Amino acid sequence: MSGCPFGGGEPAAGEKKRLSRRGLLYLAGAGGAGAAAGMAAGLLSHDAVAAAAATENPAASIVPFHGERQAGITTPAQERLHMAAFDLTTEDRTELIQLLKDWTAAAEAMTQGKATGSTGAFDGPYDAPPQDTGEAEGLAAGRLTLTLGFGAGMFEKNGKARFGLDGRRPDALIDLPHFPGDDLDPARSDGDIVVQACADDPQVAVHAIRNLARIGFGKARVRWSQLGFGRTSSTTRSQDTPRNLFGFKDGTSNVKAEDTDLLDQHIWATKGTRDTEAWMAGGSYLVSRRIRMHIEIWDRTSLREQEGLIGRNKNQGAPLSGGGEFTEPDFKLAGKGGTPLIPLDAHMRLAHASQNNGVKMLRRGYNYTDGSDGLGHLDAGLFFIAFVTDPRTHYVPMQMNMAKGDGLSLEYLKHTGSGLFAVPPGIKPGGFIGEGLFA
Amino acid sequence: MSTGSFLPKFAPHTARRKRFAVLCAAAALPLALASCTDNAKAGATDGPIQVVSTDSKCTVSAGTAPSGNLTFAVKNDGAQVTEFYLLGADGLQIVGEVENIGPGLTRNLVVTAGSGKYTTACKPGMQGDGIKAPFEITDSGTQPAVDADFQKLLDTGTQQYASYVKDQTEQLVTGTQAFAAAYAAGDLDKARSLYAATRVHWERIEPVAESFGDLDPKLDAREADLEPGQEWTGWHRAEKDLYPPAGYTALTAAERSTLATQLVTDTADLAQRTRTVELSADNLGNGAKELLDEIATGKVTGEEEAWSHTDLWDFQANVDGARIAFESLKPALQQKNPELASTLETKFAALEAELKTYAKGDGFVYYNDLTQEQIQRLASLVDALGEPLSQLTAAVL
Repeated sequence: MSGCPFGGGEPAAGEKKRLSRRGLLYLAGAGGAGAAAGMAAGLLSHDAVAAAAATENPAASIVPFHGERQAGITTPAQERLHMAAFDLTTEDRTELIQLLKDWTAAAEAMTQGKATGSTGAFDGPYDAPPQDTGEAEGLAAGRLTLTLGFGAGMFEKNGKARFGLDGRRPDALIDLPHFPGDDLDPARSDGDIVVQACADDPQVAVHAIRNLARIGFGKARVRWSQLGFGRTSSTTRSQDTPRNLFGFKDGTSNVKAEDTDLLDQHIWATKGTRDTEAWMAGGSYLVSRRIRMHIEIWDRTSLREQEGLIGRNKNQGAPLSGGGEFTEPDFKLAGKGGTPLIPLDAHMRLAHASQNNGVKMLRRGYNYTDGSDGLGHLDAGLFFIAFVTDPRTHYVPMQMNMAKGDGLSLEYLKHTGSGLFAVPPGIKPGGFIGEGLFA
Repeated sequence: MSTGSFLPKFAPHTARRKRFAVLCAAAALPLALASCTDNAKAGATDGPIQVVSTDSKCTVSAGTAPSGNLTFAVKNDGAQVTEFYLLGADGLQIVGEVENIGPGLTRNLVVTAGSGKYTTACKPGMQGDGIKAPFEITDSGTQPAVDADFQKLLDTGTQQYASYVKDQTEQLVTGTQAFAAAYAAGDLDKARSLYAATRVHWERIEPVAESFGDLDPKLDAREADLEPGQEWTGWHRAEKDLYPPAGYTALTAAERSTLATQLVTDTADLAQRTRTVELSADNLGNGAKELLDEIATGKVTGEEEAWSHTDLWDFQANVDGARIAFESLKPALQQKNPELASTLETKFAALEAELKTYAKGDGFVYYNDLTQEQIQRLASLVDALGEPLSQLTAAVL
């Protein structure tokens, strides 16, 4: 593909202002040849970044596939998401293992910016459909990561164990309870296997899911999928805090890749208490929630109320108790009449670790819009994704508090899809995803 | 006026310069040149007046300003929570105030003020008389025509609305007793005939009723709102029993009786507690907006009355509640912003006229009898009203 799809060349003069201090830190962190790509990242629009990076240095847009952990968790959050949950249509253990091996091989190739299959998009027999669908040809790898997880349905269905996995479902892979206000659509919830594709280029992310789905035909069927744009959290200190569709900075107090102790404490799964669930050690649990936001009525809400509902100011993202974006909130600081400056039902207060037994999560959600709802309103919101060490301690109690007491949840949000998946640890060269589960 | 807001933020330099020239010529205001800077934060007389409040000082970037709309951007550079006031010349009468500014934060005070002598005051720590300084507003030709008795109009309006709330809760109590009696006695037809008609009294005052965080879920929780293990009481529990979905097991006579008693008790409790609620103009303005939000998210989508499909009763009642709040504030609003008052009149009328076409007997057609096109039309009228209605609070404060 040619260098820059948006014309490239000199950036408009005004755009230089977007190179913030944090952006500069990112450049410093990128180092060496990567710095050139990083410079482009500061100046060009997000979608142009991957392309520019490709011409400068293809390696800069590749996230290593193998490792102790799966990529796509602490990897600096990419700009785009395509997530899909699959239902397994086979009941054959050998077929399932083969599928996971095939998916692993395809994932490895695609994350390196390569086509799937041995003959790719162009080099196969003339009378056969190409092995790769081809729409990502010429595009950079776009920092594509593919992160796979297993839902409860892979272990048992209608009370019966599947694939000889009796007893191997981890205790932490619970059935999530009903949270007040949930309006879950089964067609947007659950699934046996989830694949999170994140990339800086939407076409790369869509290509990845499309090709995995194709490989899966006959063994796995897409149950739901979701496109996301505009990451709503930062997973590293080199990233600016982005804004959600309510216009507020999101993920300010997220656990970051640099916080290795916190990751061990709150994000990475342990070997559990039974030998048969020890295969999850070093993995994590992925919670996905499709959260519809009532954008239109939010836009009619006064700035005072918006800030009160969130608990931060809208401009800098500072807590209403004062300071800057990263200042710790003072929940006790009172204003007029002894009322706390951060309201008791503020979203930020209820989500804060100090109100939740100190638990933290790593969030890497995305904004989404699925067109309009037919009543002239955007069907849009936040596709929430979080990784936790154990949903029983790290997601359920917090979400229960939010669903009950958070003014924002009560008036402006509606959860319409939900999923919980056990994300196994990383893949060794020559191995396949979830290998430990079948050992 | 601020020319900054007309400019594309990242326009190339050449285009920007041209744009400036045109704007400056057209505006022809004194100091217009001062606004022609690269920075959106323009000079003190065009754009916000900068106020810096520390623990011991209150620095105001200008001592005078032309009459009309003024914005004070109040930055708290102190260590304590602060507030800022624009006071009358006597230093007592409050023209405008902004409270609860945390250390390091900036908050705007927007006021409309006529020419005359004023006093500015920062109040670090929210105590004492504050750090005061004289401030003068010169006659720019724009003089807000505000009646001296403006506050009186607001007070009268809130009193009227309080009376309305009292009246509605009384009718709600009486209606609930009749409904509960029929329901407990197993006279389900009668209970069904009273269900929607009684609930309108609740829906009309919903923002007030909902302000009691413990009573609202007891009276108005929908099944989906429950948390695991929570007992389900209130109107919608009865609704499901009166309009049972397929496969539903009816409540026993004893269960119905318990539910009915609870409904009457909780409603009486609500009525009692509303008596001591103190309302202010912003409660009315925000309450009216919230009622329209309720319609947009719950009624126009048919979610509120999932089994009885009597959503249009609730819809009308929410509109009634919003309209009374608006009517109560209207005399004040007509002084501050007559255009908004007349826009709201028109939009309320349009929505009510459309609703009227769905009237049937004493009530309405059922929500599930509406076509998609009819629902869309209603939704669009709700949006058309909701948008200007969201301006009401700021307009009267």
